[in-house]
Amino acid sequence: MLKFFLSRLGTFIPTFFGVTLISFAFIRVLPGDPIIVMAGERGMSQERYEALRAQYGFDQPIWKQFWDYFTGILQGDLGNSFVTNRPVWDEFFSLFPATLELSICAIIIATCLGLPAGVIAAVYRGKFLDRFFMSTALIGYSMPIFWWALLLIIVFSGNLGWTPVSGRIGLLYFFEDTTGFMLIDSLLSGQSGAFRSAVSHLILPSIVLATIPLAVIARQTRSAMLEVLSEDYIRTARAKGLSPERVNGVHALRNAMIPVITVIGLSVGTLLAGAILTETIFSWPGIGKWMVDSIFRRDYPVVQGGLLMIAVIVMIVNLLVDLTYGLINPKIRSR
Amino acid sequence: MKFRHTLAVSALALCAAGAAYAQDQTLVYCSEGSPEGFDPALYTAGTTFDASSHTVYNQLVEFETGTTNTVPGLAESYEVSEDGTQVTFKLRPGVQFHSNDLFTPTREMNADDVIYSFERQEGDGSWEYYNSMSMPDLIDSVEKVDDLTVRFNLTRAEAPFIANMAMDFASIVSKEYADAMAEAGTPEMINQRPIGTGPFVFEDYQTDAVIRYSKNQNYWKDNEPKLDNLVFAITPDASVRLQRLQAGECHVMPYPNPADIEAIRANTDLELLDQEGLNVGYLAYNTTQEPFDDPQVRKALNMAIDKQAILDVIFAGQGEAAKNPIPPTMWSYNDAVEDDPYDPEAARQMLEEAGVEDLSMKIWAMPVQRPYNPNARRMAELIQEDFSEIGVDVEIVSYEWGEYLERSSAVDRDGAVLLGWTGDNGDPDNFLAVLLGCDGVGGANRAQWCNEEFDQLVQEAKTLSDQSERAKLYEEAQVVFKEQAPWATIAHSTTFMPVRSEVEGYIVHPLGGHLFDTVTLNPDG
Repeated sequence: MLKFFLSRLGTFIPTFFGVTLISFAFIRVLPGDPIIVMAGERGMSQERYEALRAQYGFDQPIWKQFWDYFTGILQGDLGNSFVTNRPVWDEFFSLFPATLELSICAIIIATCLGLPAGVIAAVYRGKFLDRFFMSTALIGYSMPIFWWALLLIIVFSGNLGWTPVSGRIGLLYFFEDTTGFMLIDSLLSGQSGAFRSAVSHLILPSIVLATIPLAVIARQTRSAMLEVLSEDYIRTARAKGLSPERVNGVHALRNAMIPVITVIGLSVGTLLAGAILTETIFSWPGIGKWMVDSIFRRDYPVVQGGLLMIAVIVMIVNLLVDLTYGLINPKIRSR
Repeated sequence: MKFRHTLAVSALALCAAGAAYAQDQTLVYCSEGSPEGFDPALYTAGTTFDASSHTVYNQLVEFETGTTNTVPGLAESYEVSEDGTQVTFKLRPGVQFHSNDLFTPTREMNADDVIYSFERQEGDGSWEYYNSMSMPDLIDSVEKVDDLTVRFNLTRAEAPFIANMAMDFASIVSKEYADAMAEAGTPEMINQRPIGTGPFVFEDYQTDAVIRYSKNQNYWKDNEPKLDNLVFAITPDASVRLQRLQAGECHVMPYPNPADIEAIRANTDLELLDQEGLNVGYLAYNTTQEPFDDPQVRKALNMAIDKQAILDVIFAGQGEAAKNPIPPTMWSYNDAVEDDPYDPEAARQMLEEAGVEDLSMKIWAMPVQRPYNPNARRMAELIQEDFSEIGVDVEIVSYEWGEYLERSSAVDRDGAVLLGWTGDNGDPDNFLAVLLGCDGVGGANRAQWCNEEFDQLVQEAKTLSDQSERAKLYEEAQVVFKEQAPWATIAHSTTFMPVRSEVEGYIVHPLGGHLFDTVTLNPDG
């Protein structure tokens, strides 16, 4: 197991370097000079422009800029935002819990609904339930997030008044961040109604964010299940007279889980990407909205630092997924 | 069922909270974006100013709410020397700075704070607004005459200086706070935990979510502010803002979608306030290039543009066709100027007379939405159609915003550029000299237009202190502008502010800021 872990970790390091390079290059290949963007319609004099270039270090050769950035990262310094002048690291960690909270809720919804839907569809292959779940999944997968979110807001918040329109918690609740997770903080605050308010604010954005991963998980579970269900040992299990619940739930599902876990792991990337739109619509103060604002402002340190952090998180999740395979299937471990 | 029950209870809780709000006079403003920081001198965005200079700070003079006239602020009065190069401000006594858990002021606002507020912007740092208004060239020195008197020594007489002193970068910060924070090794606190003299005291900012302010109990203006608490709920999407307003989650929202205007008017819970915006959207030819160096050609093209169609399609009918480079609400607007009529036939003839045949040109469409041009791409397409009617072939080009700004400034730029301007300080100089003066060629003057007669009028007007004298010169300058037609002036947009009916006393500010000093909530409204 240790060898397996180390070999996976070994691939982590070159990937990390590559991600650092790409995140650095990405924002620089986008057209648009951050200093010109800063000045807007007003423009600025050439001297002023040169002075600001020097101040932000853009007059240095590009390899020097990268070297400074890379050595900074190794020392845990992602630089300061051009706009707010606060360390990127601090900004990231003040906003990340909001994204994480939303993503966890979304992945729970997606898994809890997607897995059973996929299993049922596979068991009732070709029947009404199969067609119903799979066509719903296809609609969910192809739905423009923006439109879907607005539709839910208009129906559930606007017309029915069941859920709040946007934000993380009702504006009358006010307490210091302890963990950054609103569900936990609202409980810790001891203010009555705070937790309920936090939950009600989470419902719509989680559903929206869960939509695509839910569809993917359902479809993946179905196809993995179908493959397993045609295996000989399933026929044997059935022939032995095991109940269909036991055959499907234990013998088939457990073996069908590997590709499904891969998909769940990969959807972390999708969730973080989907969070950008979802957060903007629901005024959810997470890293998605933060990154979008920074790209428009050409805030280099935030964009490159934020991208790097997101990439590292996706990498860590994938590493964990790899390790989980090892736990589920001993054959992978020994390979 | 239980789920529904829970939601019903939480809805009730919200209503109860709403009742508590009413007693407390807490106004929630669904703002359109996050402030970049809270030190207004570091930034140029209106969103940042709403959260800082309009709430937490004051300036020496200020714009009277709802107008662009300057009235006394932290200075009770000012005096301009005969030659116009010395401006002496008499400060208001007894003005208190706010306090927070890091800092409690030991003295009242005085000349040291004023001097510090300006001198710091002469140093390193991104003091963009100060620089873009050419303040470093204009201010020679700031001196303390006594504790409550400050003198600005200018390098030249410049009438718009007073209006500049009402701008956001001219907000007065506490020197004592700055010193204390520098000593504590946390100078960035000025930008994160602002201390000012303004109507509202900064309480807390949860990044990208909520900004909270409380009433300044020691405010120097009697009976203001009227609200006990002010909350900015950051809501970037315009449709969501409207939903929140309708649901009562906020009381005021800026920047509604033009398509929602009719629905807002029809909603009895809401009221739609409006104000002619202090802006202009234009199409700037490159007057240094053939055939656009010929005023006759430019005039002809202007006459081919159907402005009414643009207003109907792009501004949803909520704007006004522009004939002058300054908006009608601004003093010195010359209403006697006649706009070029929409007459494609005459335009075609004029082009022929000018010897222009088979003209093909580029029109630049901005990639961003601005009040003065909500949809540049569509506008460019409409103009393309108009021009094709007179036999002019148009290619529409666009670039990323930073590229667009940079490339469109170049003197040898190809084609005509769609752009616009929103006034900074309500002074005509801020439009005419900045956008059309000879100094702006290769920069903000996108027409690359340097007309001696026009420039002389505008430069002279800058040196006079008498407003009616200045107005005459600006009126003349507008006549020259119309004859020479360096731009096709397109439109001035209208600013809309939907508010809930319980909101009283909100005045839409022509300079675009959102101010809450005079607002009250009437629960029966």
